[in-house]
Amino acid sequence: MTDFADSPETDGAELYRASARQLIWWRFRKHRLAVVSLVFLVFAYLVAIFAEFIAPYQPGSIEKLQTFVQPQVVRVWHDGGFHAPFVYELKRTRDPETARVRYVEDREKPLPVRFFVRGERYEFWGLWESDLHLFGIEHRKQKLNLLGTDSLGRDLFSRLVYGARVTLSAGLVGVIFAFVLGLFFGSISGYYGGWLDASIQRLMEFIRSIPTIPLWMGLAAALPIEWDPLFVYVLITLILALIGWTHLARVVRGRFLSLREEDYVMAARLAGASEYRIVTKHMLPAMTSYIIAAMTLAVPEMILGETALSFLGLGLRPPVVSWGVLLQDAQNLRSISLAPWLLTPGVAVVCVVLAFNFLGDGLRDAADPYGQ
Amino acid sequence: MSLLLETRGVEVTFPIRGKGDWPWTPPRLLRAVAGVSLTLREGETLGVVGESGSGKSTLARAILGTIPPTGGKVIWQGRDITGLSGEARRAHAKDVQMVFQDPLAALNPRMTVGQIIAEPLRTHHPEISREEARARVQEIMAQVGLLPNLINRYPHEFSGGQCQRIGIARALILRPKLLICDEPVSALDVSVQAQVINLLKEIQGAFGLSIIFIAHDLSVVRHVSDRIAVMYLGRLVEVAAGKRLIAEPWHPYTKALIASIPVPDPAVERVRVKAALTGELPSPLAPPSGCVFRTRCPVARPSCAELVPETRSEGDRMVACPFAPEEIGQLDNAVTVRAGGI
Repeated sequence: MTDFADSPETDGAELYRASARQLIWWRFRKHRLAVVSLVFLVFAYLVAIFAEFIAPYQPGSIEKLQTFVQPQVVRVWHDGGFHAPFVYELKRTRDPETARVRYVEDREKPLPVRFFVRGERYEFWGLWESDLHLFGIEHRKQKLNLLGTDSLGRDLFSRLVYGARVTLSAGLVGVIFAFVLGLFFGSISGYYGGWLDASIQRLMEFIRSIPTIPLWMGLAAALPIEWDPLFVYVLITLILALIGWTHLARVVRGRFLSLREEDYVMAARLAGASEYRIVTKHMLPAMTSYIIAAMTLAVPEMILGETALSFLGLGLRPPVVSWGVLLQDAQNLRSISLAPWLLTPGVAVVCVVLAFNFLGDGLRDAADPYGQ
Repeated sequence: MSLLLETRGVEVTFPIRGKGDWPWTPPRLLRAVAGVSLTLREGETLGVVGESGSGKSTLARAILGTIPPTGGKVIWQGRDITGLSGEARRAHAKDVQMVFQDPLAALNPRMTVGQIIAEPLRTHHPEISREEARARVQEIMAQVGLLPNLINRYPHEFSGGQCQRIGIARALILRPKLLICDEPVSALDVSVQAQVINLLKEIQGAFGLSIIFIAHDLSVVRHVSDRIAVMYLGRLVEVAAGKRLIAEPWHPYTKALIASIPVPDPAVERVRVKAALTGELPSPLAPPSGCVFRTRCPVARPSCAELVPETRSEGDRMVACPFAPEEIGQLDNAVTVRAGGI
C-alpha cells in the first residue's frame, strides 16, 4: 500500500478515500509494459474499427501489373533538400538473367504522400459512402504499397488493416459465450456441491475428451459451402465455446468450493442474503482478478486459434480477409524467398498476442488487493 | 425471565465417506452433536466450553439452522423451528445473529465496512433508503466503539479487535434477540480480549440480548456467563450456574478443565498440583462405549464401559456422571496424591 505514497498526485489522505477502481488503476499504471500494451491494443482496435478510412485501398482491388511489389520506403530527402514525405515512382522491369519481374525506383519522379486524399470509393460500416482516405498518393497508375503487394497486386497494408477487423473480433463472441457458460456452471457446481457437482464434473470430463481438431475438420466439411464464411466461422467458434468453457468452470468450481467455507460467506447467509446475492456479491468478486486475467489471456488464444485454423484452411476462407487467411499466401517457399513481406501478418499476430498477455499480467497484478 | 430457546436432544450426524468407497457403500456416521438438551432464558448468557472437536460450533450452527439437526428439536419462544426453510427461516434469522472466531475472515475483503454492516439491513429491509441505512450503520458503529468516519475503509485496514467490533456491529444492526459468539476472543490479544468481552457485556445490557458464548477456555467464559455448559465429544457433561460450576465442579472432566486454568500468581502456580488430562479426544467416529469420557477419566471404573451415564438434575445443575461428588472427590484426591508423588 505504501508504494503509492511517492507518486506525486497521491498523498496519504487521498489513498484512503480512493475507490477500489481507482486503486486498481493506480497500481495498473505502475506496470509500464501493461500500459504500453494497453495503448497498443487500443490503437489496434481503433485501426480495425476505422479500417475503410485508414486503408488506402480496398482489400480486394487487384492490380495486374503490380504483383509482388516490395514494400515502398517513404522518404523525405530528394535532390539535395528536405521535402514533404514522398515515394518514388516504380518502374516495372525484368531481370535479364532470371526473367523475374522487378520494380525499380525512378529517382527522377517523386510522388508526394498526401493526407486526407480522395481515392477508391467505399461504404463505411455499410452506413454511408465516401472516398476519403487517411493517406495516399494521387496518381492514376501508381499505388502506395507500404507493405508491398501479393500475387494479385493487392495492397498488403490495406488487407492487414481489414484483416484486423475480423481477427480481433470474430472469436470474441465465442470467448464471451464460453465465459458465461464457465462462470454459470462453475459457480453452481462449486456452490451447491453434492450430486449436482458430481454430474457437472462428469459432463465436463466427457466434453474435455472430445478432440478439437477433428471436430473442426468435421464441422468445416459439414457446413454448407454457400453460407457466408464469416457466419460459418462465428458458428464454429460458438460450437467450440461449448467445449472451451470447461477450463474456466473447473477453476471457478475449485475456488467456490473453498470460498463457500469462508466465514464471510456464512456471515452473508446469516445476514439473510439470497443465494444469487451470495454468489454474485460475495463470492464472484473474490475472483475478479482471476476472471479479468483469464479473459484477457483467452482473447489471444482465440486470435492464435483463428490464425492457425485459417492457415490450415479450416477456419476462414477467402474472400474474407483475416490475418490467418493472409498467412495462407505465405505458405510456400517461393513466396518466402521472393516476397518475405507476406509474413507481416504473422508479425502483427505476435505483437497483438504479446500485448494481450502483458495486459493480462498487469491487470491481474493490479486487481489483487493484497498485491504489492 | 421467560424461556427464549430450548434444544431437546439435538443431534447432528455427518456421513463420512472413505477415499476408496464405492458410491453404494454406506458412509460411516460421525456424531458431532449427540443429544444435547439446553435451555436459554431471555437476557441470559450461556457459556459453552469444551475442547476442539467437542461439537460446540456444530451445536451453534444447528441452533442457527445453517447445519440442519439430524435429530431432536430446536424450540424458539415455544415454536419448533427445526425444519424451517426458505422464507420462514430467513424471517427467523433476523432474531439470531452470530459473531465469528476469526474476525478478519468473517468480513468480505472486497466490501467496505459500511457495506458489510449494512448487509443484513439491505437483505431484510430492502425498503430502507440508502441515507437511512447509512445513518443506522453510523449509529451502531458508535455504539460498538468504532469511529463512524471509518465507514468507507476496507477490513484489512483494521486490527483484529476493530474487525471483531465490525462483526459485532453487523450482528447487532437487526436488533436480534440472541447473539451466538463462536469463540469471539480466542484469536485476539489478551488486552483486546478484555475490551471485546466488556463490549459484549455492555451491549447485552443496552439491547437486552441473550448470548451463547462458546469458548474452549473456562477462564474467559466464567467472566461473562450466567450459566456454563461443558461439552465433551458432542455430549453435555455438566451444566450449572457459572460461579457454582467453578467453585464446586462435579464431573471429573469439568474438574480437569478448571485445574488447567493457570493461576496468575507464579508462586501459587509453581506448587499447584495440575491434574492435567492425558491422552487425546477419542475419535467421534468410534466413540468409547458407555461413558465417552471413561478413556481419560481418572476415576473410571469397569462399570463405566457398560452404562451410558444418565444426566441427573439437581436444582438448575445437570451432570452426566453416575457417581456422587464425594465419591469422585475421594478418588480424585487419590489420583492427584499419586501424581504428586511421582
